[in-house]
Amino acid sequence: MGAIDKKKLLDILQDDCRISHEQIALMLGQDVETVKRAIKEMEEERIILKYPALINPEKLGDDTVTAMIDVKVVPQRDVGFDQVAERIYRYPEVRSVFLMSGGYDLSVVIEGRTMKEVALFVAQKLAVLEHVQSTATHFVLKRYKKDGVIYDEKEEDYRLQVSP
Amino acid sequence: MMKPIEEYLNPTIVNLPPSGIRRFFDLVANTKGVISLGVGEPDFITPWHIREACFYGLERGYTMYTSNFGTPELRKEIAKYAAKRYHVEYEPLSEILITVGASEAVDLAMRAMLRPGEEVLVPEPSYVSYAPTVTMAGGVPVGVPTYVKDDFQLTVEALEQKVTSNTKMLVLCYPNNPTGAIMTRPELEAIARFAEKHDLLVLADEIYAELTYEGSHVSFPSIAGMKDRTILINGFSKSHAMTGWRVGYVCGNKEFVAQMTKIHQYTMLCAPIMGQMAALEALRNGEAEKERMVDQYDQRRRFVVGRFNEMGLTCFNPRGAFYAFPSISVTGLSSDAFCEKLLAEEKVAVVPGTAFGQSGEGFIRVSYASSLANLTAAMDKMEAFVERCQKRQAS
Repeated sequence: MGAIDKKKLLDILQDDCRISHEQIALMLGQDVETVKRAIKEMEEERIILKYPALINPEKLGDDTVTAMIDVKVVPQRDVGFDQVAERIYRYPEVRSVFLMSGGYDLSVVIEGRTMKEVALFVAQKLAVLEHVQSTATHFVLKRYKKDGVIYDEKEEDYRLQVSP
Repeated sequence: MMKPIEEYLNPTIVNLPPSGIRRFFDLVANTKGVISLGVGEPDFITPWHIREACFYGLERGYTMYTSNFGTPELRKEIAKYAAKRYHVEYEPLSEILITVGASEAVDLAMRAMLRPGEEVLVPEPSYVSYAPTVTMAGGVPVGVPTYVKDDFQLTVEALEQKVTSNTKMLVLCYPNNPTGAIMTRPELEAIARFAEKHDLLVLADEIYAELTYEGSHVSFPSIAGMKDRTILINGFSKSHAMTGWRVGYVCGNKEFVAQMTKIHQYTMLCAPIMGQMAALEALRNGEAEKERMVDQYDQRRRFVVGRFNEMGLTCFNPRGAFYAFPSISVTGLSSDAFCEKLLAEEKVAVVPGTAFGQSGEGFIRVSYASSLANLTAAMDKMEAFVERCQKRQAS
């Protein structure tokens, strides 16, 4: 049977986390207990953080506005960018924060009900933070693909139903 | 006034048995809402980078004939790949011919090599076109049964029972459609000694080679002494999900290839250039995508085989291709009856084992080249069906 391949286990969960432990066990050639234990361990180690659903907000008729903000930061002695990053990611309006290479330092994804709300948040909360040098706000106009999933997939199964 | 219509037809063709798949295909086509596990091709669409290579080729104006042999670039790339991956060396410009799918290659080999009445040993169950291509070439197909007790591997014992002084060729089709069986090196070495003893040519159709999940594929011509008597056939349909592109190839002794090329040039002229460009891209840059697909098949394979064994349809472990071949004996039904009832009652399509030769009786071919969601739904339905069959049998 061999040790469980955690990478493959995670690939399966990332594709569809609702698949039963029994099914995963069959797919990986492991027993159910081994699969359960591996998942539990990875949850405890916070390798697996959460099991969210991927939603197409446009179909939902949800008008939530998403913006990506490029933030330039002056790094600080000992803590680098981490402290400023934390000041930013603690806001519930902030969906993601990444430290970037290249022309700016932090990439911040913000959601709000209107463009104005997002713009005000940037102006009043982000731009004024100590060590933040500048911000540039880009609003998302359309989503094509996220986390490997194409929103409007046009490819279908065109195969004959039976073939040798 | 015309004669009766039969008199215009070639009796060899008229007498070819119709494909067992065909009748079942019509049945499925007339049923709505079917989950089909009866498909003998990948469910993946050709990887994007390969499709894109074709777009760019078309933009640059690659829309013409190629050399009869196929483009030199593709043949060189195939030679490189065969050497690296399967340890078998072919001279790209004289020992490799690009064909319109591996199917054409099978036909070419039969027509170029067989003299009237010569016999060809064809393992059973196996893909549907070997026996008819032998017949069309004027040869005589001789079925060699394989058994679940041997994991559907071809044995020298079975071959010895069928070989005659008139036997010319042996077909090797592993990994096997429909059983998923593979042959390991020691078993192939035994077959090699058999081929030598009876001085047989070997047609090695290795189209599923890349889809080998346990152990690694051993290419028959890589076995000592076998390259000269082997016609090796492969292609891109299964490994790179490229069935519709129609690109296969045949490798062998340059005299064999020269004769096959004559037939090819007078009938096909060349394989489609778009397909050849796509195949070149697949060989050069397709490894990662291929591995991703193989991984997916492997997980589905374990899943369906596990489910079959749980529901009482004993399934030997298929180590290649993308088919499971479970026994349906617990249901008390014939292969045909099982498939028809399953389709009628649960709207799940699988193919009767008998479509691949009489030794497929008592088995069904289930293709796991289908999404996990489809497979899960189909397995649940089949489980319910098998339970019902067993209850009916008991009462």
